[in-house]
Amino acid sequence: MLAIAARRLVSMLLIMFVISVLLFLFFEGDKLNLAARVLGPYSPMTGRLAWLEHNGYNRPLMTRYLTWIYGFMRGDWNQSAQFDAPVFDFLLPRLKNTAILGACVFVLTVAISLVLGVFSGIAEASKRDRAITVISVLTTSVPEFASATFLVAIFVYWLDWLPGSSSFNNGFSWREMILPVATLVIYNFGYYTRMTRASMAEVMNSQYIRTAVLKGLPYRQVIIRHALRNALIAPFTVMILQLNYLLSGVVVTEVFFAYDGYGKALYDAAMFGDVYLILAGAMIAVVAAVVSQFISDVGYTQLNPRIRFS
Amino acid sequence: MARLKKFFAAVGLLRESPVGMIGVGLVLFWVVIALIVGFLPLRDPLAQSAGDLLKPALTLAKDGGHYWLGTDDRGRDILSRLFFGSRLVLFWSSLATIIAYSVGMLMGVTAGYRGGWWDEAISFIGNVFLAFPQMVLFIVILSQLGSDSPAGQWLARMGFSATWVKGTTIVLAVMFATAPQVARIVRGLVLDLKTRDYVAAAEVRGEGALYIMLVELLPNARGPLIVDACLRLGYVTIAIAALGFLGLGLPPPDPDWGKMIADVRGFGALAANAMIWPALAISSLVLGLNLMADGLREIALRD
Repeated sequence: MLAIAARRLVSMLLIMFVISVLLFLFFEGDKLNLAARVLGPYSPMTGRLAWLEHNGYNRPLMTRYLTWIYGFMRGDWNQSAQFDAPVFDFLLPRLKNTAILGACVFVLTVAISLVLGVFSGIAEASKRDRAITVISVLTTSVPEFASATFLVAIFVYWLDWLPGSSSFNNGFSWREMILPVATLVIYNFGYYTRMTRASMAEVMNSQYIRTAVLKGLPYRQVIIRHALRNALIAPFTVMILQLNYLLSGVVVTEVFFAYDGYGKALYDAAMFGDVYLILAGAMIAVVAAVVSQFISDVGYTQLNPRIRFS
Repeated sequence: MARLKKFFAAVGLLRESPVGMIGVGLVLFWVVIALIVGFLPLRDPLAQSAGDLLKPALTLAKDGGHYWLGTDDRGRDILSRLFFGSRLVLFWSSLATIIAYSVGMLMGVTAGYRGGWWDEAISFIGNVFLAFPQMVLFIVILSQLGSDSPAGQWLARMGFSATWVKGTTIVLAVMFATAPQVARIVRGLVLDLKTRDYVAAAEVRGEGALYIMLVELLPNARGPLIVDACLRLGYVTIAIAALGFLGLGLPPPDPDWGKMIADVRGFGALAANAMIWPALAISSLVLGLNLMADGLREIALRD
């Protein structure tokens, strides 16, 4: 286990290194445009050059990269050109907001999809199973910006129950959380449900369930004690793995609802060419991806007795 | 001819799955619309009418006709924009998927068959791109490879229109994000297939690695890949439309479905009608693709 963790760590650092080099090179050609965006479209060329010089963008690429790495490891993530603030201080509250959004979405999605998936997988090909399958295909087919559109049209414009923007201008409010959370849950729960259903259906067809039923155990006990525990291993690991994919939808949803989170910060930064903010955001994404993959692997080995005891 | 027969046999198989047929119907609807849209009696999708801004569905137009689905913020007919937009959506998502799939299959089959350092290198490249959340990768690539970037200017000098320049960069971005995912699946399939006797037979015959990969391995992995390609096309369609919504898609005034939503978003309740139709269009197309993939999978599992 320690060996796996060490190997993962090395590969994560390698990936972070490659990605940061790529991003550095990729945004290098955009420096002058960045200065133009910071200083405005009518700023004189001399001013733009002076801005680049003053903010250290003109130092040799190698020096800049090495200083960046050194600073990054010490928590000095350089200055965001767009927001004129240290990247670290800027990203921290944004990450917190996204963590709140993500946690709500994850808990709700997992709860809904486990219940639906188990009910659907218990009785394969029943009417209930068909209905749940159709619903989950339907909801996964509606992209986030489309379901957000429907939700806004219904709950904001037509019924006028909820606010259509989640910028938290008057402080945090749960009312503003409802629509972004609903948007992401609607798009994501279908996939998890189908995963749980497939796993549950497979377990229900297995020998030991037949044995348990034939032994005369009450059906409820067969499901809860024998089936559920084995059926939930696979979906659990997949759900954690999917955290990375959740982030893609988070970008669109945050932009749609003007939710000040990590996704919207990355979107703004990429549009602006704010290289240090993007670098930091990308590094965080890589760490999140690798850590979630690791948790999922460890979880799988810990939950599955066949692997745990071998 | 034999090929055509085979194709119809496959469609005939799909008839056994009602869900799959609904999917085929939805997809065919948009394909047919995209093919015949030029012959339909529709308004010019780019024609603006200053007097008819954000009209609701079924409004009477000044020229005596109807705005069946209403108009957008520039008084353009939403129905004809949707129908003409289906061409762009179908063309660019198919092209992007085909290219991403070709690259991904080549990567996957090489990694799986060659193994060793090839596998290590290809898997590492794949992991680098998979570590990014897909949308962030798209945004980073597209925000920098616009029409004013060196690459974009070069394409423009070569005589490509703005739509083609942007479309090409979108295809590239989709390739970077999708090919590693495809490669991972193909690699897994190939690792299983390469132990089969016909691969050993080909090796003994003295066939080259390229022949074995392209003629022996890939065709035999097609079953699961067809289902996956169907789903993948749906994802790519969603991703490209989402890019349009984020303002990174095809340039204006092209009637891109995602952009149609973004264009009118600022007008509040007045725009509810203009927002809903493109959202329905994209959802119906993706639903069709997903149902089709479901039907195909059901049939594949049956035999």
